[in-house]
Amino acid sequence: MRGWMGKLRAFFIFSALTLLLTGCGVDNLSALKPKGYGSDLLFDLMMISIAIMLFVFIIVMAIYTFVLIRYRQRKGQEDFIPKQTEGNKALEVIWTVIPIILLLVLAVPTVQATFDLADESTKGDEGVTTIEVTGNQYWWHFGYPDDEISTSQDLYIPTGERVYLDMKSSDVIHSFWVPSIAGKMDTNPGDNDNTMYLEAYEEGVYWGHCAELCGPSHSLMDFRVIAVSPEEYDQWKEDMQNVDPEATAEAQEGQDLYENNCMGCHAIGDGAAGQGPNMTNFANRTKIAGVIEPSKENLVDWIVNPEQFKPGNQMPANLVSEDEASQIADYLMELDHSDVGASASEAEVEEE
Amino acid sequence: MSHDDVLNPKQMPHDPEKATLEGKNKFLAFWFFLGGETVLFASLFGTYLALNRSTAGENTPENLFGLELVFIMTMLLLTSSLTSVYAMYHMKNHDFKKMQLWLGITVALGLAFLGFEIYEFVHYIHEYEFTFRSSAFGSAFYTLVGFHGGHVLFGLCWIVTLMIRNSKRGLNLYNAPKFYIASLYWHFIDVVWVFIFTVVYLMGKVG
Amino acid sequence: MSTALAQNRGLGAMIWDYLTTVDHKKIAHLYLVAGGFFFLIGGLEAMLIRIQLMKPDNDFISAGLYNEMITMHGTTMIFLAAMPLIFALMNAVVPLQIGARDVAFPFLNSLGFWLFLFGGVILNVSWFTGGAPDAGWTNYAPLSTVSPGHGVDYYVMGLQISGAGTLIGGINFLVTIVNMRAPGMTYMRMPLFTWAVFVTSALILFAFPALTVGLFLMMFDRMFGSVFFDTAAGGNAIIWEHLFWIFGHPEVYILILPLFGAFSDIFSTFSKKRLFGYSAMVFATVLIGFLGFMVWAHHMFTVGMGPIANSIFAVATMAIAVPTGIKIFNWMFTMWGGNIRMTAAMLWSVAFIPSFTIGGMTGVMLAAAAADYQYHDTYFVVGHFHYVIVGGVVFGLFAALHYWWPKMFGKILNEKLGKLAFWPFFIGFHLTFFIQHFLGLMGMPRRYWVFLEGQGLEAGNLISTIGAFLMAIGTVIFLVNVVYTSVKAKKVSGDPWDGRTLEWSIPSPPPHYNFTQTPLVRGLDPLWVEKSEGKKGMTPAEPLGDIHMPNASILPFLISLGLFIAGFGFIYQVDNKAWLILVFLGMGLTLGSMLTRSLKDDLGHHIHKEELEKDLEKGAGE
Repeated sequence: MRGWMGKLRAFFIFSALTLLLTGCGVDNLSALKPKGYGSDLLFDLMMISIAIMLFVFIIVMAIYTFVLIRYRQRKGQEDFIPKQTEGNKALEVIWTVIPIILLLVLAVPTVQATFDLADESTKGDEGVTTIEVTGNQYWWHFGYPDDEISTSQDLYIPTGERVYLDMKSSDVIHSFWVPSIAGKMDTNPGDNDNTMYLEAYEEGVYWGHCAELCGPSHSLMDFRVIAVSPEEYDQWKEDMQNVDPEATAEAQEGQDLYENNCMGCHAIGDGAAGQGPNMTNFANRTKIAGVIEPSKENLVDWIVNPEQFKPGNQMPANLVSEDEASQIADYLMELDHSDVGASASEAEVEEE
Repeated sequence: MSHDDVLNPKQMPHDPEKATLEGKNKFLAFWFFLGGETVLFASLFGTYLALNRSTAGENTPENLFGLELVFIMTMLLLTSSLTSVYAMYHMKNHDFKKMQLWLGITVALGLAFLGFEIYEFVHYIHEYEFTFRSSAFGSAFYTLVGFHGGHVLFGLCWIVTLMIRNSKRGLNLYNAPKFYIASLYWHFIDVVWVFIFTVVYLMGKVG
Repeated sequence: MSTALAQNRGLGAMIWDYLTTVDHKKIAHLYLVAGGFFFLIGGLEAMLIRIQLMKPDNDFISAGLYNEMITMHGTTMIFLAAMPLIFALMNAVVPLQIGARDVAFPFLNSLGFWLFLFGGVILNVSWFTGGAPDAGWTNYAPLSTVSPGHGVDYYVMGLQISGAGTLIGGINFLVTIVNMRAPGMTYMRMPLFTWAVFVTSALILFAFPALTVGLFLMMFDRMFGSVFFDTAAGGNAIIWEHLFWIFGHPEVYILILPLFGAFSDIFSTFSKKRLFGYSAMVFATVLIGFLGFMVWAHHMFTVGMGPIANSIFAVATMAIAVPTGIKIFNWMFTMWGGNIRMTAAMLWSVAFIPSFTIGGMTGVMLAAAAADYQYHDTYFVVGHFHYVIVGGVVFGLFAALHYWWPKMFGKILNEKLGKLAFWPFFIGFHLTFFIQHFLGLMGMPRRYWVFLEGQGLEAGNLISTIGAFLMAIGTVIFLVNVVYTSVKAKKVSGDPWDGRTLEWSIPSPPPHYNFTQTPLVRGLDPLWVEKSEGKKGMTPAEPLGDIHMPNASILPFLISLGLFIAGFGFIYQVDNKAWLILVFLGMGLTLGSMLTRSLKDDLGHHIHKEELEKDLEKGAGE
């Protein structure tokens, strides 16, 4: 077992090092592999700044290396007293003015990009989607008020168009970050609502993180952005608007248990952000609770004792017995309301 | 300078508060300290201005504040600033008794101000049920005005302590700087109140 | 610190001496020991963090404990390690560099130390009483206001008390530098270290009150039911962020500027050249201090301030790169044409320039507001500020300690061990933090208890952990060096480095009155001026006469102890009002001690001419 683990780790290290050398990280997570408008813009801005900074660094290091080699004390030189130079006005002007120019070169695209990403000119227009994003300890609610759809953890968006996000938090400050599509934005409690937009170039499942410390399970507050073609997106909307929460005969008991124990917090179908994540289309989620591999076994373990997976989360442990949890799990695995994007999520799982 | 020269100077200089190095240091340090205090109150004012409309559906500045009372309080504190100037004027003329007298009047005015402030708070709490906990506006109001009130109280204790401690021995080069910076502190409190009067009460009433 | 002294007078007498001392040199020792101790604690916390992140999905420490660990690591390193170590240097050196016999307010100097120490102790007591603060060193509301237990209460009380100490220290050094300079020591003849301390003290004065207010609001919310940060009652959580960063950004300049000053002195001394572009350096220091107040919101680009505010703060932040660049170039041209001696102090300084330049460059990258939407709260930021704080402040502390150790203790830290400590620390530092920039860009947010497998983050984190161990090894070697030096090394003269500034004109360690006769300063680098004219020491500015010195006092200790006791009362009165007794007891002790100070005349004492003459003879005989 140990040797096998070691080999696996060696393999991981090797593959990760390879990735590192190409300077990127994992597809669909890394900010260095932009797959959307925002991240693309920011990648370019990063490259401009790195280029300017490297230019300065190389000059500094060239002078520095020369100074250290040339003027280091040599044997027999211990008593040498160098000329006590006071300074040089021309030099001072040079190393004041040149950095100012370089910074101006950087400041212009910075300001442009800042305003570009804050643009809300098309928000509210006909056919432009606005999604409500609500951060909660430790999950994400996604509401589509125009289409009367509510979901959580997996955010569906159409590719090739701008989608606005209206962002807030129901408890502490969180931060919504999908590195490969766009930068991040905080979700604040109270009236400090924020807006940002996403525009994905390609279909795919993109990894999202919470980026503002929000409690013990801060590092486990992951989510996905699932970008699908506009046609598939329309299909998904239609599916989600016609949700049928009724179970088949085998899972009927599970549904009853669900309605008695879980429904208070976990709605199915459209509705305001509840105490817990909305369960619509649960069977097609990429992960359970954002981080756990979807399998019935894991789902039962999660229902019985969520604390062991996500410390400090709000869902009570041992609300139901293991048998009951198993029946609830059967029911939840039936909540297969739309298979749009499902193929993409399977592809991602295989890739890992 | 020997200790005797400091405690029983043969001849008092014109600026007894700055005649010794210790005095000069105190004088300068206190100005710096007031700079820091300015940032402290600026932060409190900033907080107040961010929250003074966050009344959570409860009392608003308009229905609470009565300008008559606040006007009297302002007059009391402004006058006390003036009387402390008189006290310092007499200190520079080495007239210890008159200095003590004017400081005494300053303290009396300060006490009256404090009395009105306590009355005001009690009034809000009992008549309006407007407390520290009722809204963000309440928290910000009591914190800002209360911090000022606390400064007034501290200033009063300070001046009274100095007056009692030195009542028998009169003015010398050791206690002159102490009196002087206490009066500086008193002016600062007065200036802060002018801002509170404007920002909290006047702007609160006018909206 | 001298062991011989302790044996002569007994341990008890020595402890009493340190409890009551108002001598800036002994207070420097206290700051050094306390700051060093907290530095080790903070380092230990860092090691635990790195072990937890050694591999994916690790469960070495629990999620809750991990958050306590990161919070305490940051808080300890900034407030309880870096700040006091800087204060140790300020106390040890500034009065000597300006030719003063002590600081302007020796009593307040001691009070500042004890407040800091008791504040630091309160903060760390939380480990043993049910959990340390866990909302990050930035302590953002409302995570901090809803944090269960008393951890955050300890944070509030600890920082409030130690912050008061720092503020007092800041005012003290401002007045000292303005009023206590020797004749001829004009502002434009002050050594760069003194200049930097001057600007730093001004920053402390204007930055710390914002933190004070923030901490009060947090205290009222948590302990007395106010609703500043409670959005349900109309509060606004963003106010905390503003107050914290209005303090917090100047704080990073408070940390780095004194070390910029130390580097300037070290480069100049070990290149045997006067500082290149002295007035430009002074100007740059002042400008950095000034701009430091204009840029706080660059920590808040993702809060949602809007593009106008973000752009203004972005450009203002970039502007700071200009004076910083001026400094880097002037340091290099100080060495240009010099006679560079690669001592341990110089080695740390030489390593500082490339390390800090990288930190400065990533700083400019972070200043680009839009790009910060990607960097913010990721390991890129962690990498950046460790390059600045370790590569700048910690390297600076090591350099400055090597440089001024002989002045503080009369012995040179072993040079071989010094260099041996440098290499693992230097290599480990770059291993630990360089890779973190990439981890951040590859999608790893900061403050993550675990990272998941298969996200390409394994190798980077492992390398980072290995680097951290190397840094630990370097630190241990430095400690060994301190012990070895104090046991084995020989006493050195007052001027072991062929120094240029006033502190090297007097014996090492200096007598407690520093200067037998106040020196007359005749130019920049006053000692060098005299040496270049063939003289051995400074020309006195006054005849030999009685010296006025302040009296020792236990009151600063008691005032701080009172606040320490009251602090626990405030924390626990939430559970049970009976704890208010501690508040009354503690505040009684504090106010009573203050009253005693006020009522009792304390005019100090005089050292008589005859004693000084005796000391001089003894000095000549050695």
